[in-house]
Amino acid sequence: MALLEVRDLHTAFTTPAGTVNAVNGVSFNLERGKVLGIVGESGSGKSVTAYSIMQILEKNGKIVSGSIKVDGQELVGAGEKVMKTVRGNKISIIFQDPMTSLNPTYTIGHQLTEAIMLHTPRNKKQAWDRAVEMLRLVNVNEPEKRMKQYPFEFSGGMRQRVMIAMALACEPDILIADEPTTALDVTIQAQILELMQSLQKELGMAIIMITHDLGVVAQMCDEVIVMYAGSICEQGTADEIFYNPCHEYTKGLMRSIPTVNNDDEKLEPITGTPIDLLNMPAGCPFAPRCDAAMKICMRERCPRMEINEDHAAGCWVNVKKEMEGGEEA
Amino acid sequence: MSHVENLVEVKHLKEYFNISTGMFSSKPLKAVDDVSFAIRKGETLGLVGESGCGKTTVGRTLLHLYKPTAGEVWFQGKQIVTKQDIAEFRKKTAMVFQDPYSSLNPRMTVSDIIGEPLDIHKMYADKQERTEKILAMMERVGLNSEHASRYAHEFSGGQRQRIGIARSLVTNPEFVVCDEPVSALDVSIQAQVINMFDELQSKMDLTYLFIAHDLLVVRHISDRIAVMYLGKLVELADAKEIYDHPLHPYSKSLMSAVPVPDPKVARANQRVVLHGDIPSPLNAPSGCPFRTRCPYACDACAEAMPELKELSPGHFVACHRAEEIN
Repeated sequence: MALLEVRDLHTAFTTPAGTVNAVNGVSFNLERGKVLGIVGESGSGKSVTAYSIMQILEKNGKIVSGSIKVDGQELVGAGEKVMKTVRGNKISIIFQDPMTSLNPTYTIGHQLTEAIMLHTPRNKKQAWDRAVEMLRLVNVNEPEKRMKQYPFEFSGGMRQRVMIAMALACEPDILIADEPTTALDVTIQAQILELMQSLQKELGMAIIMITHDLGVVAQMCDEVIVMYAGSICEQGTADEIFYNPCHEYTKGLMRSIPTVNNDDEKLEPITGTPIDLLNMPAGCPFAPRCDAAMKICMRERCPRMEINEDHAAGCWVNVKKEMEGGEEA
Repeated sequence: MSHVENLVEVKHLKEYFNISTGMFSSKPLKAVDDVSFAIRKGETLGLVGESGCGKTTVGRTLLHLYKPTAGEVWFQGKQIVTKQDIAEFRKKTAMVFQDPYSSLNPRMTVSDIIGEPLDIHKMYADKQERTEKILAMMERVGLNSEHASRYAHEFSGGQRQRIGIARSLVTNPEFVVCDEPVSALDVSIQAQVINMFDELQSKMDLTYLFIAHDLLVVRHISDRIAVMYLGKLVELADAKEIYDHPLHPYSKSLMSAVPVPDPKVARANQRVVLHGDIPSPLNAPSGCPFRTRCPYACDACAEAMPELKELSPGHFVACHRAEEIN
């Protein structure tokens, strides 16, 4: 049994302009000790997937259907009481912006001990010691002194370390990192990624890494999910996704980023603009921007197809190629 | 170097901001401290560095959006000194901003946004010429003429950035400062805009100063790259050269910190992870500003800022121990 099983998740938001189906039928498994990357552009539903797992959606958002199981325990419809025992203890989350996720009016120590006491049966003294220990774990210098300081006395990288310390204080099985380094500089990003990697090895937790940066994915992840317009278009091991992309959107993404090897060539951008979630087409959501789109792409969405045991994609172009390849053979 | 081939030259540029530290006391924040470089006609010079290193300030001071505290700016072999110089200079230069959301006035139509520089510099004889110029520019950046009467909020991020670029280029400038023009855009849109910068450069004979923190983007678009750290220029070389053989310890760690979108390369990558944070520019370390995080720092580094030396042809580096450690 996988540590986390998400099946056919649908999440929608009610807005004055209509219902936005932000997540449409997302399914994946996360095994213990693995790092899963979710990539996609803004509005692709990657963060909403994470927030659905944690059930921390905005008031107008709702899980419409589907199942989310942690260790076999169903979370959809489980109620706030159950979720309170899951959040922090089993699943923790760190957010993109370390500048706004800490309360500026309390000391770092206060905020850390508060989180620890909420989730574990420690008294104040024990929680304080645990907080100091956690700060030391995330390489914050002079943790005793830092505990008495306020967030404004911390730099961006240091605040993200505090957030990681807080998220890991109760030794969760799963850490969800929602764009954890997007707001940070490159050299600080390298520090934080390095820290997350070493902590992951040390504590053996599973990580869901949400990012739009394919470089971060290549460095961190064992498995990758590529999302577009609320659905998964492709998923597989990192090597399969990077070296054998089978969905036209993934291929387009790979062609459109500057790498070390293509700097004399022109980039091949994906034409058009990301889709409006209020006006979803009947067929494949990527079809309007896809150069290889066929008639069937406009009509019908391609179901998920296994390419090999480590790789699945839902793209008619790929199906057509397979069929043609089969005829030749 | 003669002035003929250099379109823009910056000599010992300094920009200090006074920050009040108490009721009666203030302290200079040395945002740009003694920076010199030249940009050749038709080339793209990339300027990289982390937040707070002064790269944006260099761009703005260069265009005289801030009055330089000290130093000289030369354009087409002429030093920019008087008010007239600045006015003339601004006609031939332009700037593209990072945020396509806040840099466009929501109360103005697209054609008025793009036409505003023309109004300011009085670059048309009659209304028809103005409209023609605006529409021609819109076509160049891939906007429809029907878009002219719409407002900025009706457009996506990528299209807004196109409007911003059209506004910058409508006066037919020779030199454009691009300040993080693609960092607010999605990956698939980024490539569209980067390609457009490339095309416009060859069509309109432009010279760019391209400021960005995404090193792969900068490497792709630039001919040469300059690296800044805490207000100082630490290295300047050919784009490929600086990426493949960085000489300054800071550039080394910066280049190795770039996440490469290739799992095998990423796994094999020996990263030089720096410890600690950038010091505050208000309390910059003496001598070389990088010495507090530098693995090679020695006593000499605390005493004096190293000069920018040409170590190999066209490759400049400011490090006391550059020869030793490479």
